[in-house]
Amino acid sequence: MNSHSKILIRNLTKVFYKKRNSVTALEKISLDIAEGEFVCLVGPSGCGKTTLLRILAGLEKQSSGHFEIKKSDQNRPSQSMVFQERGVLPWLTVEENVAFGLTMRHLPKAYVNERTAYFLNKVGLSKFAKMYPKELSGGMKQRVSIARAFANDPEILLMDEPFGALDEQNRYILQEELLAIWSETKKTVLFITHSIDEALYLSDRILLMSAQPGKIVQEINVDLPRPRKLEDVRSSPEMADRFLKIWGHLQEEVQGSRK
Amino acid sequence: MKGPKNPIEMEKQEWRKQQGQKRFKTWLTVCSPIFLLLVWQFLSQSGLIDARFFPPPTAIISTFIDLITSGELFYHINISLFRIFAGFLLGVIPGVILGLCMGLYAPIRHFLSPLIMALMPIPTLALLPIILIIFGIGEVSKVVTIAGSVFFPVVINTVAGVISIESIYLDVAKNYEAGKKDFFLKIALPGALPFMLEGIQMGQAIALLTIVAAEMMGAKSGIGYLIWTSYGAFLLKEMFVGLILISFFGYIFSLLLRGLQRKLLPWR
Repeated sequence: MNSHSKILIRNLTKVFYKKRNSVTALEKISLDIAEGEFVCLVGPSGCGKTTLLRILAGLEKQSSGHFEIKKSDQNRPSQSMVFQERGVLPWLTVEENVAFGLTMRHLPKAYVNERTAYFLNKVGLSKFAKMYPKELSGGMKQRVSIARAFANDPEILLMDEPFGALDEQNRYILQEELLAIWSETKKTVLFITHSIDEALYLSDRILLMSAQPGKIVQEINVDLPRPRKLEDVRSSPEMADRFLKIWGHLQEEVQGSRK
Repeated sequence: MKGPKNPIEMEKQEWRKQQGQKRFKTWLTVCSPIFLLLVWQFLSQSGLIDARFFPPPTAIISTFIDLITSGELFYHINISLFRIFAGFLLGVIPGVILGLCMGLYAPIRHFLSPLIMALMPIPTLALLPIILIIFGIGEVSKVVTIAGSVFFPVVINTVAGVISIESIYLDVAKNYEAGKKDFFLKIALPGALPFMLEGIQMGQAIALLTIVAAEMMGAKSGIGYLIWTSYGAFLLKEMFVGLILISFFGYIFSLLLRGLQRKLLPWR
């Protein structure tokens, strides 16, 4: 397993300290994610899943432990993040937002334009290229965010509840679109969600987290063949079983933290 | 009551009604200055108010035309506009630069903000004697006075603008590896621009307030000078011409800045 690992996380711990009060957000997280794997991190809110992602994204520093993202190409950025919402820059047009990562890396103009146009087309926003985000719906903004991350062509993709703020129908549509783009690029993805359905539909493997201290307590493999349809997940009795298992765990966690 | 025969016809009428109401509101806005002038004219001519202190608008307009034909007015307008523009730029440019530096670098902000806070409440006009001593009675002293009063709102708004940029945009910049220069041009500057332009708008208003007072002391020209000398010589018609000019330019400048705002912030 180790030789194929794209992401290696060893004993990652994060403690927040404030006025003689410390909270252990993550405790000794160790984890391997294989090349091309789609992994979902599920846990109750406040369990530190966003903290883990932010550490991998370079937005926060771990207190101890280490992690590694294997590089296949020196010129490729090691990771790009799709943010929760409002991650789209309001003063840039749709097109400029999608090109953002590439522009920041000062790549040749022709290449940037070509890649931007390609992913704009992929998410169905070619017609909106020159518009500003204020003119877009929530779902369209998240499409911009996803296109921006894929266009940047990173080693791995980090997604922090990208569909959390969307209505149900939009969420299903965007999940489907995400899988379509993903299956084409075969990127390694670490995806945070608190929707069990979403995790079952999208991922190869689900990691369940507990809260305070944040730990990975269980791993669930999702061996549903791809390409998947939402109906497959909904109609499979096996998946219903797994849904209940995860639901049971989450309930325990939420109840536990109430005491 | 009978039900409507045609729903489209109904909505059309409703729409027309709303358009009519809109037009009425615009008309009201145009009306109020005209109404004021008419009342003024009537009161002044009928002797209900003293025409020596409040000459009728028609008399002011004819004085205005006289001043234009003699070329005197353009001379004063030119010199005042030059002072306003020069002072405005001399206040806005350092204000924006310093504001961005203070907003982006916390140590600079913490070091300088007590100084800014202490100096801000002092009206630049109160410093005019000192400015005159340092810069003499030439053009420089007027330009500096205006610059000084424009500078503060611009600095303070620019700092507030940078600080108010949502942290998620900073995360996006960091995650997508924005370099220093790109961060400044693509995140800090556009993010702070809305606040910054508000500050500039305030600065513009203050510049006009200041020019009149600055030209009162140690000036031999300008709209302010026109107002004060006319007042001193009891030429109240000329004085009113000056006052109306100030109000006119204030209106024009804020229209220009609003236009600039729309141009610079298409994303809002």
